[in-house]
Formats: sequence, structure tokens, C-alpha cells
Amino acid sequence: MVNESVIEIQDMTKVYQMGDIKVHALRGVSLEIQKGEYVAIMGASGSGKSTLMNMIGLLDRPTSGTYKIRGVESSKLSKSQLADLRNQEIGFVFQRFNLLPRISAQRQVELPLFYAGVASRKSREMARAALERVGLGDRTHHRPDELSGGQQQRVAIARALVNQPSLLLADEPTGALDSQTSVEVMTLFEELHAQGLTVVMVTHDPLVAGRAKRVVTLSDGKIVSDKANGHNINISAWEAAYENH
Amino acid sequence: MKIIRYLRVALESITAHKLRAILTMLGIIIGVAAVLVTMGIGRGAAANITERIESQGTNLLTINPGASSSGGIQGDSGSAGTLTLKDAHDLMNKDLHPAVSLVAPEYAANAQLVYGDTNVRESVTGVTTDYAAVRNLTVASGEFLTDEQVANQSQVVVLGSVLAADLFEDENPVGLSLRINGQPFQVVGVLDEAGGFGRSTPDEKAFVPIGIAQGRLFNAPRYRGEYTVSTLNVSAAGAEQVAEAEKQVEMTLRLNHNLTADQDNDFSVFNQASLLETASDIAATLTIFLGAIGAVSLVVGGIGIMNIMLVSVTERTREIGLRKAIGAHDNDILMQFLIEALVLCFLGGLIGVGLAYGLAAIFAQIPAFTFTVLIQPDALMLALGFSLISGLVFGIYPALRATRLDPIEALRSE
Repeated sequence: MVNESVIEIQDMTKVYQMGDIKVHALRGVSLEIQKGEYVAIMGASGSGKSTLMNMIGLLDRPTSGTYKIRGVESSKLSKSQLADLRNQEIGFVFQRFNLLPRISAQRQVELPLFYAGVASRKSREMARAALERVGLGDRTHHRPDELSGGQQQRVAIARALVNQPSLLLADEPTGALDSQTSVEVMTLFEELHAQGLTVVMVTHDPLVAGRAKRVVTLSDGKIVSDKANGHNINISAWEAAYENH
Repeated sequence: MKIIRYLRVALESITAHKLRAILTMLGIIIGVAAVLVTMGIGRGAAANITERIESQGTNLLTINPGASSSGGIQGDSGSAGTLTLKDAHDLMNKDLHPAVSLVAPEYAANAQLVYGDTNVRESVTGVTTDYAAVRNLTVASGEFLTDEQVANQSQVVVLGSVLAADLFEDENPVGLSLRINGQPFQVVGVLDEAGGFGRSTPDEKAFVPIGIAQGRLFNAPRYRGEYTVSTLNVSAAGAEQVAEAEKQVEMTLRLNHNLTADQDNDFSVFNQASLLETASDIAATLTIFLGAIGAVSLVVGGIGIMNIMLVSVTERTREIGLRKAIGAHDNDILMQFLIEALVLCFLGGLIGVGLAYGLAAIFAQIPAFTFTVLIQPDALMLALGFSLISGLVFGIYPALRATRLDPIEALRSE
């Protein structure tokens, strides 16, 4: 494994103010993810895993602590610089695909390139290549309502990959799919990981998490376990976390 | 050009939601069409009125007996007055009246006109040859009264177009004879249709040499031994000289009538140019009034756009969140929604223009509408400009709302 950090989190906390109550979503999380890793972040709802994902995805700012993405300290960046970083460094995959309605797969995948200011001819080629990479080279002109759920999620993955990000960040990527299609999507993730991509996936599904190389489990805003994983499912840690909650 | 790519994104979003787009545009479509049609009606009416007034002779002064200060009550045609043929002859003096080009006295009264079984009572007007020039009359067939016929007091008549049709129906009246108050007159000419309003339209009049009207036909009253006239028609030498001509005419008539400085005029001068001015003023006011009503509907349409854009921002929170997550800056979102609003308003404006032309074409088919709906370039620019501005004004708030959305909340929204 190449010793190069994609993510370096130090003592991160996040406190939300909800009316008069302070909610401690993260209570001092430190996490380092190297280039080429395949990590699953697990935890029950309310464990802080979604907050952590928002932090990793630069969608939210921590209350304290530092976060470096590929060595860039993010806490001092402006909104606009954060948008650029999200565009360049992170590819998002969401539970419910979040494709735009009635627009061709090709145009969906071109969207990040539009915000990156890539010229339209180059953008078309890159989008096409990304769709081929997820096995949808023959579906470029199909609209979301003409694609199956698995195909839609693959369009979303192509969109996440098109800008050659250093990190693929997936939030419950199989949450809206049946088990057959889930396996397809997971297989695609493994292929991308094998090609050297860093993959971070948030899930509450131990079967999905079990396919990652490393499983980080959160409970009550803290990391309670961080284990390397073969293809063995580390259910006990997850169950422990679940019961603690 | 990034703006072209924003436009493409806006068009994609519009075509992806056609029904929503049409509903959004509806207000602007109706507003623009309303502005164009109402202003078009105002302007069409104005042009129509102006044309009718001009058809009665430009640069025209008409002088009637009786003071204009007497509450506007005028003696009936042919009633005793102080204007005579001598006044008319004096006004023809070019040295004293350089601003006057032609003077045409007339003596008018109602008479019975009979041809075969047809019998009508209409105004018979005694005139001179210059009357045709002063009043902008042209003949459709035959010719107008000649100087010789006027001087000889020949029993000849020229008929207005409507009167000729009433009396002679399909026959060509030129050369035929009719009776006026029992006396035979030969028709020498028929006028073109002249238009004009009510009693003053020449279309329903018959014109005979003035001497015959004053003498044998009506036996006009005399004033200081001269036959009186019912009206003096004076045309000024040019549009700019109307006021000057009015002054010169007034001076001569006051002298002729021995009026002292403290006496009011015993005649009134009616200025066609000032009527035209008044009419255009009224028409302009009417146009502004109608345009304002249309503009209100444009504003309402603009508010409709804002409503639907706001709903659409709420409906599209997930889309906005996604766009932000994959790298859209606040500016990108602002531009997207603003350009979408502008494109919607502009498209709506264009459709509204088409609708306005369609309505104008329908109005043209309605016979009760004697004038055309005039859609002019400045009104087009105004309506389209206003629709773009309303897109900007009413699009900015929803766009700002979209910009302020937190991507996390947006992505979480169901």
C-alpha cells in the first residue's frame, strides 16, 4: 500500500444546536485513510456516521479539530474553495442516486465537468469513458426512467468518477437496491478499488460493510472499533455497537 | 462562454418540466398579449381618428357666424349671420392675408332631393370651385363644379358618395337629372368616399354653385345688402401658418364688421389643427390608460412566475443539494435559477407576442371594429423588455432562496 494519506482527521468534534439542546454528534474522532484503501464506516442511526460522512465530504464544517484532504487543511477554506475541492477530490454516490429527472445518462455524468469548467467536447468524451467504465457504454442516451435501479446507481457512480477524484464517497449505496443489484454495485466498487481508487462507504448493512477491507465502527460520536477485514464479516463489533446504543 | 452553457442547463430543465414551464409562462404570455392588444387598440383608434380629421382637410380654418363665447350654441345652418360673400372676397386679398392660401365660402341648408321614386332630405351646400381643394375632396366620376358653373349659377350638382348611392343605387348619376326642392339639377360629378364624422361628412351632401343656393334655392338672408354665408372655409398656406392665418382672418373680419376693441367677435374660428391636437392628446392618454391596464396583468404574471419558481425551488431542493455536493458554487446555482426565470419570461413574452398578433388578426375580422389593432415596434420592445425585467425581478428571490439551501439538508429532503 502506498503510504499517502487521502484523509487525515484529528480530534474532530461536531456540536449541533437544536433549540436549547446541544447535540454532540461527534466527540473527538481521529481517522486516517490511505490512498487505495476500501473503508466501510458503520454504526447505528444516531451514531454520528452521517455527520462524519458530511465532514469527509466537505459538506459541513467541524466544531473543532482538523481535517486534511490530500494534505489540504479544509477548516480555513471559503465556501467556494470547498465547492472546488468537492468537485475535484470527491465523487459522491447517494442512497437514492440523486439523478436529475428526464436528462440523459450522458448529461448526468457531464454535470461535475460543467461545474469544473471543462470544455464541452472534452466533457462529452470524459462522460462517455466514465459510463463505459461502469459498463453503461450502450446506455448513454437513456434517461433515468428508462433505466433499472442498478443502472441508475451505476450512472451515479460514473458521475462520481468522471472528474477522477481521489476519493469515492458512498452513502448507503445499496440502500435503495434489491440484493441482486446490490451485489452488482458492490462488485463494481471492488473493481474500482482494485484499479487503485480510494473508496469510503457509509452503511449500516454488515453484509455490505463486510466486503470492505477495513471497517470503522462508530457509536455515540466515537470510533469504537477500527479493524482490517478479510472477506470475513465482522459482525460481533457491529452487534456490540448496536447493543451499546 | 459559460452563459451559453447556463442557458443549455436552463433549457434542459425547462424541457424536462414542460407543464410546469407552461404554467409559469402563462401569466407572462397573457400579460404581454394584454399589453400589446390594449396598446394596439388605443393606437389603432388614435390613428383612425387622426385619419378622419385629416381627411377633412389639413390646415383648415372654418369660420362660423356667432360668438364662440356664447356657450358653444351655434345657429342652425342658414340662420341669420354676419358672414357674407364680401368677407370671403376680402379674405382672398393675398397682400393682407399672406398666410391664407384659399377661401371657400359655403351656404348650406336642408332640401328635398328627388330622383324617380327616391326622395331624401339632405344638406344641400352652395360652394365655389375652391371648396374641393380646401376640403380635400376628390371626384370619383365626372368633375367638381367649375368656376364657370359657379359664376353662371348653373343648375348643376355634385353628389357625395353615400347620397349618390342612396338616390341612384347602381346607376351612374353623372349626366342624369334630379330635382332639388322641385327644381331640376343636372349631376356633373360624384365624390370619392371622404369619411369624417356625423354631420360634417361630405359623403351625404349635395354641392351646388353658391349663388343658386343663396338665391333661387334657399333665398338666404342678407346682411348689409350682401347674401350671408353659413361658413367660411379657409386653408392656411402651410401647417405652421395656421395660427398666423387665424390672426389675419380675425383682424379683417373684425374690421369688416366694425367691431371695437371691447366687443367680442361676432364669428367663431374653428381650427382643425387644434382639434387634431386635442384628438391626439386624448388618444395618447387612452393608449397610456389601456397600456397601464395591460401592465398590471404583466405584473400579476410576474408574481405568478415568482410563485411557481419558489415552489419549484422547494420541489428541487434535492437537485440543488446534489449540484452543490458535486461542486456547484453559489454563483452557479444563482445563475441557473435566474437564467431559467429569464428564459421562461422571454419565451413567455415571445409566445405572448404571437398571441397578440393572433388576437389582432381576429379583431380585423370583426366588422364592428372600424380600425386595426396597431402593434408597433416600440410596444413590442416595451412588452418584451418588461417581461425580461419581471423575470429578473421575480426570479432573483427564488434564485437566492435556492442559493442559500444547505446541501446536507437539501440531500436529506424527501
